[in-house]
Amino acid sequence: MERQSMAVDIACVGFGPAMAGFLTTLSRRLAAAEKPPLESAASPGLPLQVVCYERADDPGFGVSGVVTRARGLREAFPDLEAAQIPMAAKVRQEKVLYLLDPVGASRRSAALRAADAAIRAARFALKYEEQAVELPYVPAYLHKLDGFVFSMGQLMQWMSGQVLSTGTVQIWPGTPVASALVEGQAVKGVRLVDQGVDRHGNPEGAFLPGMDVTAALTVVGDGPVGAVGRQLDRELGLPQGSHGRRDWAVGMKFVVDLPEGTPLEPGTVLHTLGFPEPEIFGFLYVHPDRVASVGIFVPSWFESPVRTTYRYLQHYVQHPYLWRFLRDAKLRSWGAKSILESGRRGEPVLAGDGFARIGEGSGSTNVLTSSGVDEAFTTGVQLAEGVIELLEAGKPLTRENLDAAYVARRRASFVEAEGRVAEKARDGFQRGVVTGLLGMALAGATGGRISLGEEPAHPAEKVSSLEQFYAGRIPAGDIAAIRRDCEAKGVPLHDALMDRAGWPAVPLDGKLLVTQQDALLVGGKVQAPPGYADHVTFLRPELCRSCGRKVCFEICSAEAIRPGEGGVPTFDREKCVHCGACLWSCTQRLDGTDEVNLAFRAGTGGLHSAEN
Amino acid sequence: MSFHIVVLGSIVPDPLQTLEPVSTPQGPGLKNEQMLPAVLDPWAGHALYEAANLAAKTPGSKVTLVSLGPKAKLQQVMMAVAQKVPFELVALDGPAGGFTDAHEVAARLAAAVKALPGLDRTKLLLFGGWESASRGAGVTLQLVGELLEIPDQFQGVDQISARPDGSFEVLERVEGGRHQVSTCQGAPAVLGWATGNLPEPKNNPQIGMANMRLVMPALQKAAPAPVGTGGVEFASVQVPKVMRETRIVKDASPDEIARELVEWISKD
Repeated sequence: MERQSMAVDIACVGFGPAMAGFLTTLSRRLAAAEKPPLESAASPGLPLQVVCYERADDPGFGVSGVVTRARGLREAFPDLEAAQIPMAAKVRQEKVLYLLDPVGASRRSAALRAADAAIRAARFALKYEEQAVELPYVPAYLHKLDGFVFSMGQLMQWMSGQVLSTGTVQIWPGTPVASALVEGQAVKGVRLVDQGVDRHGNPEGAFLPGMDVTAALTVVGDGPVGAVGRQLDRELGLPQGSHGRRDWAVGMKFVVDLPEGTPLEPGTVLHTLGFPEPEIFGFLYVHPDRVASVGIFVPSWFESPVRTTYRYLQHYVQHPYLWRFLRDAKLRSWGAKSILESGRRGEPVLAGDGFARIGEGSGSTNVLTSSGVDEAFTTGVQLAEGVIELLEAGKPLTRENLDAAYVARRRASFVEAEGRVAEKARDGFQRGVVTGLLGMALAGATGGRISLGEEPAHPAEKVSSLEQFYAGRIPAGDIAAIRRDCEAKGVPLHDALMDRAGWPAVPLDGKLLVTQQDALLVGGKVQAPPGYADHVTFLRPELCRSCGRKVCFEICSAEAIRPGEGGVPTFDREKCVHCGACLWSCTQRLDGTDEVNLAFRAGTGGLHSAEN
Repeated sequence: MSFHIVVLGSIVPDPLQTLEPVSTPQGPGLKNEQMLPAVLDPWAGHALYEAANLAAKTPGSKVTLVSLGPKAKLQQVMMAVAQKVPFELVALDGPAGGFTDAHEVAARLAAAVKALPGLDRTKLLLFGGWESASRGAGVTLQLVGELLEIPDQFQGVDQISARPDGSFEVLERVEGGRHQVSTCQGAPAVLGWATGNLPEPKNNPQIGMANMRLVMPALQKAAPAPVGTGGVEFASVQVPKVMRETRIVKDASPDEIARELVEWISKD
């Protein structure tokens, strides 16, 4: 097979907030007429050749509900105003709400049931309305009162425009990177995915083997489920003793048009806990022009094997506290994304010969302050500052030099200091919600010196059996019957089990409450181009056949993974939104390692909405 | 014989987006238009890919894309398009909404074509979309041709076959799924493309790198082209009626799909 190759100076993988920080800083230097030009070693005589390959079909197709203090962003853009970026608003009001269960179907511990009863009894003395109570005190570290509400898609569109307008770097959307070119402990560039192949990767039609792009520096910012970052973890190893990448969540959101006359002001931020399950946290952020983002997070420590995010989100928006604002709202957009909640503990090797890691995949997310975008952006800025320093000094991009120029900057910054405080803050959730919340409070109050709980186990260990999860609520015989029925119909179990557990039917209204497939089509505008291989595959079919939990298709945000014949799930690439929840929800570990039976590779397509 | 193929094409909102007309101080527009992701007008896209294909078959030919649209959006769209086929870009910075007056737009485009360095009319093939996925009136290409005094115009083109002497055969769509076959003695000519016959080219990073060395500077020096409504008043604006019936069926045969579509269209 003839594989073309091309040489550049810096090859970047993934255009997210971290890469935006990197390219913003680097492109400004490259465009600075008053400074000596940085010349290309790959193409002598030309300026430094910098290319960034993005998997999605547009730089604005990312997903995140963003409320951020924007410290790093404002340092890079000192004149940043909300009016510059569509859907951006200054944070004006922030509340943390505990939501009671108005339908009585969620699984609540005895302690929580007692707390609920106490809240209802004392509601006249509390800030209580519509089955929700506002927490009287919110720790300062949780506040974003000096920050912004953003749409991630619009923020990325804006930042890509800023970067491209310098004319010094290139961002190529719709071009996934299959892998890094690893030689020994060094990275020599990247290999792009093959085009013109069938779903199994076999050449067909106009076959174009993925090109090798060699580079003196490969910047990896492809996020927590990115194929290149995970390849480096596998091949180069994690720092000694680290089992860091075990704490996850999937966030799913609707972007909605609020009804006319809504009392919600732009910049309103609501954080919620307690409903639809105690383990599921939620949010509502209000953008300008009567637009809001509303969503939930389903964590990897949620024991349910039928952890369907979409169905839970439909119940979440119908909670009385939110429904009074959302009753006549209309779906504009929809999306989902995995979040690596290990934070600083999940930090990989940050730099090596010819490569550096930035952003969420590099462990920058702060799980105590619930902040990730600004931290990711800041790590990109730090790397760019270090790289510029090295290039100006004519030093090679080796591990030693990158450690001194980039990693040292990062260690001296707020990302590191606050990341250390947050490192063990969420360990309590391994024992339950109440312990988790107490653990966070303790870690926050003591600067991370005291925490509760223990380091998270592999996510597979947290998933209980159906019989355990529904013990006391659905008899084992009924579960067996539901399982048989769903297997016969070829559908996941979650709807039938939630119905049986008392969750009411979702009254589809064609506006906000729509089927999951309509959320894909109307909200996410999901599609995938032909000619690429499936990026989700199942490595050992026998493990799928023997798997009793099959969380992959229960949690799949897009119904792209479904029950298949012979017990091996099927995958439909045209529906996948690349959220990656299947990756950390697969319970079939391979040979006792942290690797699982579900392979999640680089792929094309997905969401086509820039509003998430 | 070689050609200089000039493709006229701009951007439209990604067709997957939900469009809602609104009134703006500048006239009718789309709600949140600047937020919507954009793509190269699919009709113009066909023209561009056909142009690149023809250029590849006729050595010495080159392709220039002349595009009038908001600079920031053009820049974004070019990052997707420039990976597909080799071309040079001439960018004009102005509104690309379909509510702009076709005569004003045509005048700007014609002036830009005339100003192309070293333009040889005897080699000029003016390509564009027969229609547009924007709210365009669908006459811009024809008007540009008239302004450039090119009498040979073909619309609804599906195929061009060039001959060594510079003449070419053109297949234009006519009623009943048939083609009208014409032979043109040579350039200059205007070809408004239907869908053509070519698939969308694969992304080729080398083509992208080569293109961007000229595309980036072209974007940076994009001249302002403030086209407007040309005095046209819009009495009312509405998007086409939309009917949604979602049903996911895999592996249906083309015949089954066609039969269902006919039934569905017949309902209206």
